[in-house]
Amino acid sequence: MKVLVAVKRVVDYNVKVRPKSDMTDVDLANVKMSINPFCEIAVEEAVRLKEKGIATEIIAISVGPQQCQEQLRTALALGADRAILVSSDETLEPLAIAKCLKAVCEAESPDIILLGKQAIDGDNNQTGQMLGALTGYGQATFASELSIDGGNATIIREVDGGLQTLTLTLPAIVTADLRLNEPRYASLPNIMKAKKKQLDTTTPADLGVDVAPRVTLMGVELPAERSAGIKVEDIAQLVDKLKNEAKVIS
Amino acid sequence: MSTLVIAEHDNDSMNIATLNSVAAAQAMGGDIDILVVGTACQAAAAQAAQVPGIGKVIVADNGVYAHSLAENVAPMIAEVAAGYSHVMATATTTAKNIIPRVAALLDVQAISDVSGVVSEDTFKRPIYAGNLIATVKSSDAIKVLTIRGTAFDGAPAEGGSATIEAVASAHDSGKSTFVGEEVAVSDRPELTAADIVISGGRGMGNGENFDMLYSLADKLGAAVGASRAAVDAGFVPNDMQVGQTGKIVAPDLYVAVGISGAIQHLAGMKDSKVIVAINKDEEAPIFSVADYGLVADLFVALPELDAAL
Repeated sequence: MKVLVAVKRVVDYNVKVRPKSDMTDVDLANVKMSINPFCEIAVEEAVRLKEKGIATEIIAISVGPQQCQEQLRTALALGADRAILVSSDETLEPLAIAKCLKAVCEAESPDIILLGKQAIDGDNNQTGQMLGALTGYGQATFASELSIDGGNATIIREVDGGLQTLTLTLPAIVTADLRLNEPRYASLPNIMKAKKKQLDTTTPADLGVDVAPRVTLMGVELPAERSAGIKVEDIAQLVDKLKNEAKVIS
Repeated sequence: MSTLVIAEHDNDSMNIATLNSVAAAQAMGGDIDILVVGTACQAAAAQAAQVPGIGKVIVADNGVYAHSLAENVAPMIAEVAAGYSHVMATATTTAKNIIPRVAALLDVQAISDVSGVVSEDTFKRPIYAGNLIATVKSSDAIKVLTIRGTAFDGAPAEGGSATIEAVASAHDSGKSTFVGEEVAVSDRPELTAADIVISGGRGMGNGENFDMLYSLADKLGAAVGASRAAVDAGFVPNDMQVGQTGKIVAPDLYVAVGISGAIQHLAGMKDSKVIVAINKDEEAPIFSVADYGLVADLFVALPELDAAL
């Protein structure tokens, strides 16, 4: 069984992002970049499927600038067998990325496509669902448990109020939520080995995909600051303030 | 200009989260219709028809729409959406699951988690875990949006009498099957709808200690939430998580107990009207957004608070 796992290059989650001085966009100059945490969980799940003897090949894919090779090498070090970079310097929106992924799905025919539920830069939470629409495959978003049995995948999903279980006919799309697994660290020997693994590069144009943006970023701003209030001395003062000043409890 | 609001419902009743999208649509102006896709969902449709200012309620009532499977519901929404300039749904997990699929079927770049309407094609939305607010302009013919519920006060639920119209299409992909669900049963209000939310963080130490929060919550009629750190540590289930990757809440009173205040968490609660923080670390970032801060050991403070109420 073949697994395609998508990874996105994003600002490292420890970085506090700032706007550019002209407020046109986020300032990404000299900022540490990493694999999106939810994508890392997707890669880990793919590796576990291989360790269980279910997956036979794991292909990591990224759609973005040349530097995404770094994140693909990380995925290879974690256990992916080979990688594909769809290289583009355009600002790529989820719909454009989903179209590139669809074209690769047609060429590679994976049985399962794993993605992170959202990237921590744009917070769009769209690509997996859009790939579902374009391929016509079933989708299980926000997955916290995945099991494969023959031609079906059974997924437990994190939904408002609890958990939902779905069965999908393969090929299918699964997007990883936080609790799907805890990703491993790549070992040094595996990082060295990853450098020799196959990494092919293609472009949206080669795939026949138009990636022209549909949405224009007009600018960014800092959210309204909330100013700190007061420190209370004890519970008695707190309860008094809540009852008589804020009037939020009676 | 005409907006199709997608109702969130459980067939028997409409979820009030739908009213936040109605409010966002009203903020933009133009005609508003509501689409109810479900199975034996006439009661939910009747409720939607009572929302004031709605032109009509369109109902797709068919067995294939049970459990809101994205593969079946998305083509139904896309079919109706083709006649509108805007499609809106409040960003619940159901909408987050279905709406991008609808957008791709329409060849549209969806806009997630809209927190402000600037004009009919320009919207504000949080990015980078709420660290920045982006203003984005869509050039697509149909604007497909999910709405951040806490950013728009819910429109009134009653007083209207819209006509109800049925659509017969049944889209059945045959690709997905509902197996079951485990819904947390609780007498407490739902997190995103509660007037008061009490949340615990890693400082709670373990899941048993959350009993102190449940006891307080029951006295105040509050819901109980948690930080991502508390969920990661396995103290409580993920559906209690408040934060950018969990639930976004904006109650009248938010009490953060043993929560340091990572930006991820603040993004999920900083629009609350009054914020109280109880933490023994006086340097904790949570105090920078709290209206009332108490520097104290929560294991001393919580029993005192419980006794004082």
